[in-house]
Amino acid sequence: MNRQKILRHRIKAGIAPMSFLLCFFLFFLSGLSVAAQPTIGADGARHLLNRAGFSASADEINLFAALSRSDAADKLLKAVNPIAVTPPPEWANDEPPVQKKLQARTREEQQALQKMNNEHAQELREWWFHEMMVTPSPLTEKMTLFWHNHFATSQQKVKFTPFLYQQNTMLRRNAMGNFGTMLREVARDPAMLIYLDGANSRKEQPNENFAREVMELFTLGEGHYTEKDIKEAARAFTGWSVDRDTGQFMFRRGIHDYGMKTVFNKSGNFEGDEIIDLLLAKPETAEFITRKLWKEFISPMPDEMDVKRMAAIFKNSGYNIAKLMKIMLTSDAFYAPLNRAVLIKSPVEFVVGTLKTFDIQAPNLRTFVIAGALLGQNLFTPPNVKGWPGGEVWINSATLLGRKQLLDRLFTNEDRIDMTLRNIDEMAMRNGDQPPAGREARMQRQLQKQMGTVNWNLDKWALHYQQTRGAAALQDLTRVVLAIAPQAALSVSENPSDWVRQLVADPAYQLK
Amino acid sequence: MDRRRFLRLGLLSAGVPLAGRINGISWAANPSVATPASTTAAAVASPYAHLLILVELKGANDGLNTVIPYSDPLYAQLRPKIAIARDQVLALSEREGLHPSLNPLMPLWQNKELAVIQGVGYPKPNLSHFRSIEIWDTASNSEEYLGAGWLARTFAAMPTPFQFAADGIVVGSSDMGPLSGPQVRTIALADTRQFLQQARLAKPDGDQRNAALKHILGVESEIVHAAAKLNTNYAFKTEFPKNNFGNQIRTASQLVASNAGMATIRLTLSGFDTHAGQLGTQANLLKDLAEGLAALKASLTELNRWDSTTIMTYSEFGRRPKENQSGGTDHGTASAHFVMGGSVKGGLYGQAPQLSRLDGNGNLPFAVDFRSLYATVIDKWWRGDSSKILGGKFDTLDLLSA
Repeated sequence: MNRQKILRHRIKAGIAPMSFLLCFFLFFLSGLSVAAQPTIGADGARHLLNRAGFSASADEINLFAALSRSDAADKLLKAVNPIAVTPPPEWANDEPPVQKKLQARTREEQQALQKMNNEHAQELREWWFHEMMVTPSPLTEKMTLFWHNHFATSQQKVKFTPFLYQQNTMLRRNAMGNFGTMLREVARDPAMLIYLDGANSRKEQPNENFAREVMELFTLGEGHYTEKDIKEAARAFTGWSVDRDTGQFMFRRGIHDYGMKTVFNKSGNFEGDEIIDLLLAKPETAEFITRKLWKEFISPMPDEMDVKRMAAIFKNSGYNIAKLMKIMLTSDAFYAPLNRAVLIKSPVEFVVGTLKTFDIQAPNLRTFVIAGALLGQNLFTPPNVKGWPGGEVWINSATLLGRKQLLDRLFTNEDRIDMTLRNIDEMAMRNGDQPPAGREARMQRQLQKQMGTVNWNLDKWALHYQQTRGAAALQDLTRVVLAIAPQAALSVSENPSDWVRQLVADPAYQLK
Repeated sequence: MDRRRFLRLGLLSAGVPLAGRINGISWAANPSVATPASTTAAAVASPYAHLLILVELKGANDGLNTVIPYSDPLYAQLRPKIAIARDQVLALSEREGLHPSLNPLMPLWQNKELAVIQGVGYPKPNLSHFRSIEIWDTASNSEEYLGAGWLARTFAAMPTPFQFAADGIVVGSSDMGPLSGPQVRTIALADTRQFLQQARLAKPDGDQRNAALKHILGVESEIVHAAAKLNTNYAFKTEFPKNNFGNQIRTASQLVASNAGMATIRLTLSGFDTHAGQLGTQANLLKDLAEGLAALKASLTELNRWDSTTIMTYSEFGRRPKENQSGGTDHGTASAHFVMGGSVKGGLYGQAPQLSRLDGNGNLPFAVDFRSLYATVIDKWWRGDSSKILGGKFDTLDLLSA
């Protein structure tokens, strides 16, 4: 029954004129809201799914194309998955090695331990890649990647890999939750306490590393605090440590500074949590996080007016990340044509996105983990506390040719593609780290051990695609593979696999 | 991606012929087919007729067993297992001498073409490989984070001629180090032939529809631009060592022989992180280094480029004077480095290791700030102004006769 009919029906039923007006008003409103919520269409769906995930198949695009901005974002937010579906590596919850033994350890034992930690780190990367491949919520993984980069922590320093697993679990649990809660958990996170030297920070000699980075990199950004604020805040975090037996956060009263501190011109016997309260109370924190998320999801050049507007809502919500993401992923800026295809895929997005887009089943993900590392992004090993700079820095002559070479290799027409010996190995060779020593050489040796054969064939994939998609196949395919029209004039081909090969070779394939 | 780079590359993609007169200087139409003359036409007019070859000793080379203070009794005391025996040291003076594996460098020393700089480091040393090499690469203070490498900043301040194949070429590493930054044309390759093959995958065409594409197309153009100028045509009489570093030396020599124009080449020799069993490992590495550098001198002489090339070593830090329990050494601070070339004034520079003045961690104080070496390159070799690029005035060393 349409609304006019209801209206007429109600008039007949002798409803009071007031009600009539109200009904008319409601009708008018509902008409407006229908007009204000058009569907995002196929291009919008493609854009949303690739920004909020790693890929978008033709079926997924069809599904989302019919939704409004709000419904599409809600669908993604509803799917958010605070616990990974991939079972953790078996060592993930191991307790740290006994402290006493650490000192008595021989050189050989130490080397064996380091080897084990490095192997575990590699397994942890494979575990995450696997999760990115199979998760029902790619947005959860994109957010977890974002927070991993924001709260950058490196296995090179933390060494004991279960701490990194636990941190990753914590970041995923909070990825769409409350930023304040996450910040408090980060401040107590064993990996972070080791990485930024908090674990050994004591009253007599407060370590300023965490206090500095929590202001500069995690909340306010440069220019919104003084060196004195850092020194005073560092005192509040003294004694926040790690129990070396259980590997859990531990507050050590004996080395904590209970004295009066003055931070941001406020004085009190502040504890760490109160410093965090002070940081969260500042609008700069909400703006800093909003600006960074904008650069990750919308464009490299945030609109400051819009950032301030979104940040105010974020802060007033008590730092509800899902709420901020809903605003971002439904914003005009997000869908603006000028902001399509303006972001460069990170190596992980590039590698995982390629595997997902083309349903490439790799029995062993290690090859691709290493490919990502050689292209500049080794998960759990950010270059420093600032994380990966990202953006244009991802692309230089070596990494661009590396990306192209990886694609060139994958998009041959062999039934079993050997991803190690010829191609990736050549890629690794560019590191030239011989005689074998050092991190990159280790990766090369691992490559040779892990014979990554990929059972995938472009022709078969393309044929299947064409059979299921029919006449629209080529046009669909372009949308699935590229965020904008190809850069180069492609030679017209009725053969989808020729077409795919041209599309992935196009510079536009590096963009999302 | 910067405007400067695009302006230069834009000339190419617009099909403007390379021959012509720009700024009153005439340019060769096709330098890639030139014979191994001393320099390209472009380079003649530019301070970058002077080439810098950097050699990174990755993992932190032990300076104390490289340039050995053999007459200091503390040296043998600190290193009962790994001290180099006095009679094996190649004496440079009554105080110090070279590791025996460096024998292939002795002819350079005798020719006064090898400068040995001792005690190179920086204040508030950081003992993390990653952080310390970042400090060296960006020429930052210990507690300062800079985005771009020192060479990248140099080329932003003093552009290389647009005909150059690249500002710099990184051989055998995917880490751009001092050549990383938004305003620098850096090409990374392991092998010239392989690079030329891969470069066919580059697609520089089309409109720069947004900044990201502009950057990618810029890199694609750089690859094509460099590939058009590089070649492997020259047949060397010099024999190159048959190992990884020897291959890098061969590649570097081919790059110079291409006459393609480049201000700098960076090579990397890895494996110096000798926490255990240092003696054999370092002896092999220094042998590779010295044989490679001797071959480089031969090939550059063959190309008539020895006098217009300066070679400089660097490393994230030195190693601890006191050996550890495993016949190795742990992370240290100041170290010795080499500068060599036909225009180098050979001899000893800096300060011999102060083994009696170790810091709380048992590490050496530094005498020469590493940025003094960079300042020497920028001011003396390239006639620039290092104080603007390095964010301060660092003393130059009088070791170049350029």
